Amino acid sequence: MSEARWSESDTTPERIDAALRELLRERHAENAALVPARVLNLVVVAEREWRGEVVNRLDRVGTYHPSRTILCTVQDDRHTIDGFATVSGDVSSGGGVGVLRESVEIALGAVHTAAIATIIDPILIPELPTVVWSPHCRDDAVEALLPIADAIMIDTDDPVYFDGPSAALARASELLSSRVDVVDLAWLRTIAWRERLAGSFSDPARAERLDGLRRVYVRHHPGSIVSALLLTGWLASRLGWLPSSLELAPGGVRRATAVRLGGGPPIGIEFSTVEQAIRGLAGVTVSGGSGFSLSFERALGGLIAREQNPGAKPRQWQLFGASRGEAGILGEGVRQALIRDHVYGPALHAARSFSQ
Amino acid sequence: MSAVDLDTGPAENPLVVGLERQPVRSTAMVIFGAHGDLASRKLLPGIYNLAHEGALPERVALIGVSRGQLSDEDFRSNAREAIERFSRRRPDADVLSGLLANFSYVRGTFDDPALYAQLAEALGALDAGVGAPLNRIFYLSTAPEFFPTIARKLGESGLSAAEGAEVRVVIEKPIGYDLASARAQNEAVLEHFAESQVFRIDHYLGKETVQNLMALRFSNALFEPVWNRNYIDNVQITAAEDIGIGSRAGYYDGAGALRDLVQNHMLQLLALLAMEPPTAFEANRLRDEKVKVLEAIAPPALHEVAEMAVRAQYAPGVVSGAEAAGYREEPGVPADSRTETYAALRLQINNWRWAGVPFYLRTGKRMARKLTEIAVTLRPVPHIAFQGPDSDGVRPNQVILTLQPDEAVSVSLGAKVPGTKMQIRPVNMEFHYGTSFLSESPEAYERLILDVMRGDATLFTRGDEVEALWRIIDPVLAAWAADDQTPIPQYPAGSAGPAEAAALLGDRSWRRL
Repeated sequence: MSEARWSESDTTPERIDAALRELLRERHAENAALVPARVLNLVVVAEREWRGEVVNRLDRVGTYHPSRTILCTVQDDRHTIDGFATVSGDVSSGGGVGVLRESVEIALGAVHTAAIATIIDPILIPELPTVVWSPHCRDDAVEALLPIADAIMIDTDDPVYFDGPSAALARASELLSSRVDVVDLAWLRTIAWRERLAGSFSDPARAERLDGLRRVYVRHHPGSIVSALLLTGWLASRLGWLPSSLELAPGGVRRATAVRLGGGPPIGIEFSTVEQAIRGLAGVTVSGGSGFSLSFERALGGLIAREQNPGAKPRQWQLFGASRGEAGILGEGVRQALIRDHVYGPALHAARSFSQ
Repeated sequence: MSAVDLDTGPAENPLVVGLERQPVRSTAMVIFGAHGDLASRKLLPGIYNLAHEGALPERVALIGVSRGQLSDEDFRSNAREAIERFSRRRPDADVLSGLLANFSYVRGTFDDPALYAQLAEALGALDAGVGAPLNRIFYLSTAPEFFPTIARKLGESGLSAAEGAEVRVVIEKPIGYDLASARAQNEAVLEHFAESQVFRIDHYLGKETVQNLMALRFSNALFEPVWNRNYIDNVQITAAEDIGIGSRAGYYDGAGALRDLVQNHMLQLLALLAMEPPTAFEANRLRDEKVKVLEAIAPPALHEVAEMAVRAQYAPGVVSGAEAAGYREEPGVPADSRTETYAALRLQINNWRWAGVPFYLRTGKRMARKLTEIAVTLRPVPHIAFQGPDSDGVRPNQVILTLQPDEAVSVSLGAKVPGTKMQIRPVNMEFHYGTSFLSESPEAYERLILDVMRGDATLFTRGDEVEALWRIIDPVLAAWAADDQTPIPQYPAGSAGPAEAAALLGDRSWRRL
């Protein structure tokens, strides 16, 4: 491991940028095989008191680590800017190149957030996509960074920072209507479920059942109602359903109905919570009027699928896949910032129908 | 944006629209030679990694076939050991256990009809368990002499087709020993399977960088305008290895460098580099273009081989500071072996795009370093404005695509040396794959196994393509086989190859390794 550090109190963006260039020059001079990664700029705005937690999450994103991470920790009563920069990389034992990663930490105050773009912009690597993530929802900073951001990473499933799912989905929608892309970690928690549902109905034996679905039942972690709404919103947007508002039923169950644009019987939609250690979905069941039902339940090593067909014995099998965990979801978020997802917008729009 | 977006595009299932990973139909895979090296090192770990990522189809089953007396449990235990040892990531215990529960074993010799009856029974039982026919893949991970037998037996036992399901057969290289044997093997397989069912693997094509070669050519307006005889002076394709033959003497002495690397991997690189843009990135469109360019390479007449091909063997030398034995001293190699460990060719592509541009190919074992690259050298500028001694540094531009040890693309440019004089020196613009994506590339086999499950043959070699490849190489093999008197040139282990190879280039020279 080759690593170099720099720090300065009461510094300026220009001095931080100069320090980064010097650290990179030193590393490259020490070993020409060390070359800087050029993937994307990740700008993270976090509360100072939660710095440790954010650093831990960033450390665990694995291979999808961005090339330049700029962590801004905001302390309300701070008036100066302190800068820390680290350039590190491993030299490949096989004679190949070693990839250098750059981490910058900027300690700043609430007084700086309105003009935070003028602090960050000089430190960005030009021509690379810039992704902004504010895990503690410093919306003032995010708004200020919008002009220099290509994508905003949010987690609409975070119950601490949104006043209910309606507010979370509204915020995502608001961001999406600006010129940036939105990478929503709650949406990424539904990937495996969407893939499995889509795969199931690609099977010729089930393809015709898609039009006859009458009920969708989603189980989710108590803090992941938005993931559940987005999954159902995705089904609605893809299958031409217009969902109604959610209603709270006895036992904490939430219900809604959806009507098909092309006519036909309505679809009952139901959500309930399940206690589980990991955030996200716990299970989903889709069923039709003919006695058909297909369900997926989270299990060790993947999902357990159960299928019931009219007049046939129930079948059960395992769908393989290791859980990414929350670190993996964040890593996936960084990766998704490099690609475009045109399905999220319609799914989000449909999900909002549940709360209107 | 509306709440309901019904623009589903060409897909029949609206749920698959926008998914990064498209669904794959439920599949039963039968691996012949399931106890062999390839299965242990690549196939089983590859299948595990697909399971880990959630990429396998909804229902998947694997039946191992070999001659060993194993129970299902023995086979699962061996598979577990292989996966734990060779997987690119540490296996997740629950995924691995779940996957292995879907593995079973059928023992038999490949020419025994009873084996195929057992397989039919096992596959039928899997279909019954699922309640629908599973797609079937027969993966022939065996020595090539068994391919015709297995294909025939599969055909005779009715396993080459299944009602309501796709049946595919996967064949590993080498596809034949020469043109005649490749043709015979193709005919034997195609007697029982349609070409669209046959997936011939060249794992090089599953590598990200090889696919990136197409992206580089056809996604960038920068390169294509100069990708022809008007601007390109020559192309060099190098596949150098610093290692010797190891314990592969039995195979290698019967094959040699030309068959081992040039006939398949290197000519595939040449085809991708030189082909016309396909109208679509689709299996037959792409392979049509590759076949066209391969057929534009005129095979040499026997008397021309000495002018366009060089063979050599490594002699004792020093590699990485340590003494290394010569090829003929390697265990298992006959002392009078005439098998080449180095081969270099000069090829011409006779079409409008490439007429007159020499393509130089070289490969060797025990060379100075491990390097696989394609170097495209452009013609020099027509007039050098900086005449005189200060213009010494002006060199033709080169586009270098490196596959190993790093995946990279670099372009050499002439730049002014800082100072008061107009001195020019070549500098490089470099793009390293690993620095711009930071994601771990999947193993080539993972990509290719998934493509077989999907039925996408884009990265597989078609029968006529195999024959076009052999048609180029066959005369060289024949000429070398006929000449059993001329001493085989020797090059010291750890060197850049034999001096004789320089003659192929005339006034040009090989790039430094």
